Amino acid sequence: MTGQVVRPYGDTTGDGQVQVSFTLPVPFRTAAERARAEGAALQLAAKMGLEPAMVVHAKGIGPEFTFCIVYGRVRHLVDLSGVIVAEREFPMLSSPEINRRIRAALGRELVVVGACIGTDAHTVGIDAILNVKGHAGEKGLEYYREMRVVNLGAQVDVAGLVARSRAEGADAVLVSQVVTQRDAHLANTREMAAAFRAAGPQRPLLVVGGPRFDPWAAAALGVDRIFGKGTGPAEVASYLVHALAREPGASAATPDRVPPERDQRAQEAPRE
Amino acid sequence: MEPASAVTGRLGLDPAVVRRARELASRAGQPIVELARTHTTVSVERAVLRLAGLDGADGDGMPWVNRLTDAVRDSAGLEHGVALPAWDALLTGGYPHLAALARDAAAGKVKFRIPDGADALAARAAAAGAVRHGIATIDARRAERDALISETSDPPRPWIYLIVATGDIYEDIPQAQAAASQGADIIAVIRSTGQSLLDYVPEGATREGYAGTYATRENFRLMRAALDQTSRELGRYVRLTNYASGLCMPEIAALAGLERLDMMLNDCMYGIIFRDINPRRTFIDQRFSRQIHARAGIIINTGEDNYLTTADAVDAAHTVIVSQLLNEYFGREAGLSDGQLGLGHAFEINPGVPDSFLLELAHAQLVRELFPDAPLKYMPPTKHMTGNVFAGYLLDAFFNLCGLMTGQSILLVGMMTEGIHTPFLSDRDLALENVRYVRAAAGRLGDSFWPAPGGLIGRRAREVLGEAVELLGRIGDEGLLAAIAEGTFGITRRPPDGGRGLDGVIRQADGYYNPATEMLDATSPNAAAAADASTAEPTTGELR
Repeated sequence: MTGQVVRPYGDTTGDGQVQVSFTLPVPFRTAAERARAEGAALQLAAKMGLEPAMVVHAKGIGPEFTFCIVYGRVRHLVDLSGVIVAEREFPMLSSPEINRRIRAALGRELVVVGACIGTDAHTVGIDAILNVKGHAGEKGLEYYREMRVVNLGAQVDVAGLVARSRAEGADAVLVSQVVTQRDAHLANTREMAAAFRAAGPQRPLLVVGGPRFDPWAAAALGVDRIFGKGTGPAEVASYLVHALAREPGASAATPDRVPPERDQRAQEAPRE
Repeated sequence: MEPASAVTGRLGLDPAVVRRARELASRAGQPIVELARTHTTVSVERAVLRLAGLDGADGDGMPWVNRLTDAVRDSAGLEHGVALPAWDALLTGGYPHLAALARDAAAGKVKFRIPDGADALAARAAAAGAVRHGIATIDARRAERDALISETSDPPRPWIYLIVATGDIYEDIPQAQAAASQGADIIAVIRSTGQSLLDYVPEGATREGYAGTYATRENFRLMRAALDQTSRELGRYVRLTNYASGLCMPEIAALAGLERLDMMLNDCMYGIIFRDINPRRTFIDQRFSRQIHARAGIIINTGEDNYLTTADAVDAAHTVIVSQLLNEYFGREAGLSDGQLGLGHAFEINPGVPDSFLLELAHAQLVRELFPDAPLKYMPPTKHMTGNVFAGYLLDAFFNLCGLMTGQSILLVGMMTEGIHTPFLSDRDLALENVRYVRAAAGRLGDSFWPAPGGLIGRRAREVLGEAVELLGRIGDEGLLAAIAEGTFGITRRPPDGGRGLDGVIRQADGYYNPATEMLDATSPNAAAAADASTAEPTTGELR
């Protein structure tokens, strides 16, 4: 029965039943206030396309708020032919899978060198990606058994970064740039990319991150990948494995260093 | 309600094995205490200046305590401590106060020296007088807490612990007050991501942070004042928690004591394992900070729950016990009473593991029996919260049940939206409804919880204790620093000479002088513990 057009399924095909919960900044103490709060919830439900809707639960939270659970029928139709799937150029992998891929492909630890370059002293980004503690419940790269992480910290000069990367045998270099005054983040990134190119053909994978970067400007800045605001360690780890620890038998022997096409950008779901 | 010291003898633990575990923890810890007694750090010295009343920052926001300590280090070294050269310069230079000296020192206008003879005696006396004033303020704050608890009431245990974290202290305050009104006994203000790596304490009220609010003296003061107001309104003392662990542990401990915080995250190894702070730096800072906490009547919270977010909660259960025993040893040595040892653990076993709830009960009851007088802090599931909020709500209910059955003292309230977003108002309300239901329905189930002697729970608890003893033996043989270097905790390797902050570690010279440690060593450990027993810690969970 499922065609190109569907509705949510409660207990009958096409019934359109959904459940939502939300809090309204209205009181819920007197009978009049309760009636008004439930009416407000129904009005919101109707504006959301839930009709008919039923407030199945409402409860005051403190003197000024009401929490509501609403069931209702949506009138919207979902056209499956119009669904566009935004894809990363690499899949998200679990930590055991990441470790396994590195063992299988490299037979040794994957070496990651991280730093904030130039005068940028904001290590919050690089630390969130590298420290075991990680960010928002995701463990940092140090957590991965098969990665060796060298975090050089803040205000590292480019020459020092190149030298240390070579000494450590870095497979990947991660650089974080938060300060954007006079486009310092762009100038620093170009300088770093040029220095690694000048240091020889065997350069590590260059990855840059920061809240003000355009994730699609990697090629223009001479690096392999840029991560923007909201990137977590698991995404970076998955990318590193994608680029550096290919499955045996996977198509290309050389890392795929082509950034995603620009026209995919609009499809990328925003992430906080 | 459960008495604080109770529910033991249910797992058939062999007292000789428990004794052995403590002996081994002490053997592993002693060389570290020796290290801490013979070294100082830049943060310990800055804490001395903070206790002596030096506050504020220069135009770039760098605190004067940093500027003065750095200047002393540059010209006279810190091997003798900051006090002798600083107060010598203060007296001989005719400065009215430390702030004036710090300004000139930062401008390179002061030449510091290590005084001797009568000059040294004068500098010591002046430094001791100034620091004594700070310690007296901490004592007064502690008495103030006791008075406010008498005036309001001490909530029954388990205490309900809720987190706020907006980044803006002026947003945090109404949220914290609302959370307290909704039932929170403890408010924790999460720090800005990475503050533990700053080698200075930011100044003033702050309105921007990364996933948290900066720990500053002014933020401490503002939040404590707001919660005092709320405590009076509710007739229940609402405790305030912040975070000491990190590069500035001693200084943050001093500020917390001066502003009457009630609990502080203070783990002996968290900074090493999870923030790559140098192990020596951490252990030295830790001892001083805990001496201050002991004096201030602050309950420390240790961070063993973190191990279970990296390692598997079944495989690594014994590392939690080992770390708790070490935290207990270091804590007691620094003067903390058992009533101040908020040892941490967590409900993090994969719910897909068969008998997972029985294993959780075994671990939680084991910790309860090993540390009968400690206000244990029990952390809710995070690792296996999948985004299915309905399943997560169920898991949180099992966490609450386990916590109540095993007499945990502090319950950090689990959010069904863990890992999705910072909690909505409704998330928090639903979470508290969950706790209230489980408490009302099964709060006294612990009275009847006597696991069968030969059953899975008892066997598992004894097995974990056995593994902990074995690991402690190995740590004692090779040394704690070596064990940390090998990745024993949280599966992360941290060599003794690696990590941040090592350059801030200084070996004490003969004639090293620190007026704060002199006063704190004189009253610890027994005096502080004895004073404590007569004051803050409730011995029963009943409402006063």
